Amino acid sequence: MAINYLYPDYEVIRNQQRCINCRVCERQCANEVHRYDEELKMMVSDESKCVNCHRCVALCPTRALKIVKTDNTFKENANWTGEAITDVYRQAGTGGVLLASMGTPKNYPVYWDRMLINASQVTNPSIDPLREPMETTTFLGQKSAKIRRNPDGSINTKTTPQLKLSVPVMFSAMSYGSISYNAHKSLALAAQKLGIFYNTGEGGLHEDFYQYGPNTIVQVASGRFGVHPGYLKAGAAIEIKMGQGAKPGIGGHLPGAKIVGDVSKTRMIPQGTDAISPAPHHDIYSIEDLRQLVFMLKEATNYEKPVIVKIAAVHNVSAIASGVARSGADIIAIDGFRGGTGAAPARTRDNVGIPIELALACVDRRLREEGIRNNVSIVIGGSIRNSADIVKAIALGADAVYVATSALIALGCHLCRTCHLGKCNWGIATQRPDLVKRLNPEVGSERLVNLINAWNHEIKEMMGGMGINSIEALRGNRLMLRGIGLTEKELQILGILHAGE
Amino acid sequence: MKHIDVHGMYFKDLNQIIRLSKDQHIELKDVEGQRYIGCGLSGKVIDIYGTPGNALGACLDGTQIIVHNNAQDATGDTMNDGAIIIHGSCGDAAGYSMRGGKIFIRDSAGYRTGIHMKAYQEKQPLLVIGDRAGSFLGEYQAGGTIIVLGLHQDGKPPVGYFCGTGMHGGKIFLRCDNLPRDLPEQVVAQTAMEEDLKEISAPIEEFCKAFSLDKDAVMQQHFFVLTPNTSNPYKQLYTYV
Repeated sequence: MAINYLYPDYEVIRNQQRCINCRVCERQCANEVHRYDEELKMMVSDESKCVNCHRCVALCPTRALKIVKTDNTFKENANWTGEAITDVYRQAGTGGVLLASMGTPKNYPVYWDRMLINASQVTNPSIDPLREPMETTTFLGQKSAKIRRNPDGSINTKTTPQLKLSVPVMFSAMSYGSISYNAHKSLALAAQKLGIFYNTGEGGLHEDFYQYGPNTIVQVASGRFGVHPGYLKAGAAIEIKMGQGAKPGIGGHLPGAKIVGDVSKTRMIPQGTDAISPAPHHDIYSIEDLRQLVFMLKEATNYEKPVIVKIAAVHNVSAIASGVARSGADIIAIDGFRGGTGAAPARTRDNVGIPIELALACVDRRLREEGIRNNVSIVIGGSIRNSADIVKAIALGADAVYVATSALIALGCHLCRTCHLGKCNWGIATQRPDLVKRLNPEVGSERLVNLINAWNHEIKEMMGGMGINSIEALRGNRLMLRGIGLTEKELQILGILHAGE
Repeated sequence: MKHIDVHGMYFKDLNQIIRLSKDQHIELKDVEGQRYIGCGLSGKVIDIYGTPGNALGACLDGTQIIVHNNAQDATGDTMNDGAIIIHGSCGDAAGYSMRGGKIFIRDSAGYRTGIHMKAYQEKQPLLVIGDRAGSFLGEYQAGGTIIVLGLHQDGKPPVGYFCGTGMHGGKIFLRCDNLPRDLPEQVVAQTAMEEDLKEISAPIEEFCKAFSLDKDAVMQQHFFVLTPNTSNPYKQLYTYV
């Protein structure tokens, strides 16, 4: 009979000379890796429970701890890697679907890292953003293609509803339930301070957070959890979630065990019942049906809020986006396959969808070719890691970006990718009160504000370097990009030249 | 009371007039498929003559809508409160994701009626169909009550295929002698006992009153009650990487 033994992935290395038996690591670890052995009079650890979240490492006062990847190995095999073998063991032992969290860790090409940004020399002077005005304010919504005039000849400035962002960045959807109250509060506070927006995800809006409504995007997903007229009116915009980059084509399932207390109240379903978001919206089987929901939400909110339609980046994303742009939606959000999630089947996360860089380039081109690019703004997400990614995204045609993983990292996430266990030691992806209180929303929001402000400075710096003083002039400006180490086909899809051309 | 002759009026204009109207009672004549009538509206009574379009009373928030004819698709989508009373039949997906209020359909309803209905505390949605519902009735149902009376079905199951698939909360009452043959294993069907019948007595009385039916005659027939099978729930087995 097969013995189902999985050797732990990590080793907890404790420098016993430094350890003072203060037991901080023991108290901090929700996975119960560390304990004090009364007989040995020393701390011992069970590395089989370790998820490598670095909570103990970060809080050890004497730096006595480190976590290292185990060097225990199967016989080397480029095809049957240790991971491939242990996945089979896991499934043979349980019959279960492999579940994972956060964005795919697989080694797929990151096109951001294969594009280089231009700068001015001699002929077009560069600009110093510290001393000269530099505009990063962005408006999201439908843009009129022509100037309309009133009977007296003055310009009609009435537009369809727009979102005004001080920086072309928003925090993307994470539901209350998948992340904690304090994590949501941090995002809401930061969005308010920054003049940008955060997104409720599909779990409804906690009553305490209605006050941040002007900086909130409320989401409507297939499960329609917590959706009622008051909720729709509370936000600055409404997002219809059709898909998610980390798990295109499948729905969501928050198990009954996590539907407790305020999460139950916010989702408006009884405690302990499963929250199932079906894979499709059952009233949407066509672009015409999508249009029906878009206008239903506009009717319910008196045409005062822009409607966002969020789709996952999949093979025929440009045709889908073309349909969405004709549905009456104001903004399309496209989520790339490297985007994060609180839980997704690992095979879907690691194998379904396409990179956001290619999706963005082909959607922007398709909408321009069809003459409908002004019908919608494009917001992209799915692993935006820094300000250079944002500059490249805007040069490829995006109006703004959505970030979530970077925001969580700013709040303390160490990307251990075990959100689905609900025992987040950093107080983010958990509902356990003792863990949630580890995240201070005031401090958390300050760190988010710092991050976005720092990125804004960098964006301005790079724009100034290109001799561009308005983000509008960077949008879709592919001449500012060059590929490095890309094939002819990749360059053609991205619509950019190779470095040196 | 405000009268509006609707005819070919654009839905946006019609709904704006309704929204801004100070009259509590509004009567719409010659409605020709205008969508979203009463969407998100609270505190009004709307009488509709002619045929309302899709998403009638979507997100409804306390208004009462009486349709003196048939209605189309997505009636009462994501409805929160109020009542929709249809003197006729309606199309697909009536009461999709409704979380409160009631929908009475005198005759029949299309596919996917009452799917993903949910309930929470005092919000207990109710959907009653006089005759028959199409396939996927109560799919993904998470709460609330659906009653199908089969008034012209002579005891045959008054539903199409896949009734209650994915159901994990709430109740479905079917007035018939035999069960649909393809009920999923995750749904338990039992003959409605006195306790169950007591539960639907008031809703059925209200339904019968709305359409001038004889309640006693309706209640005399056999009812089944369908609930989620708690010992055999939908369950995905997971293992963690």
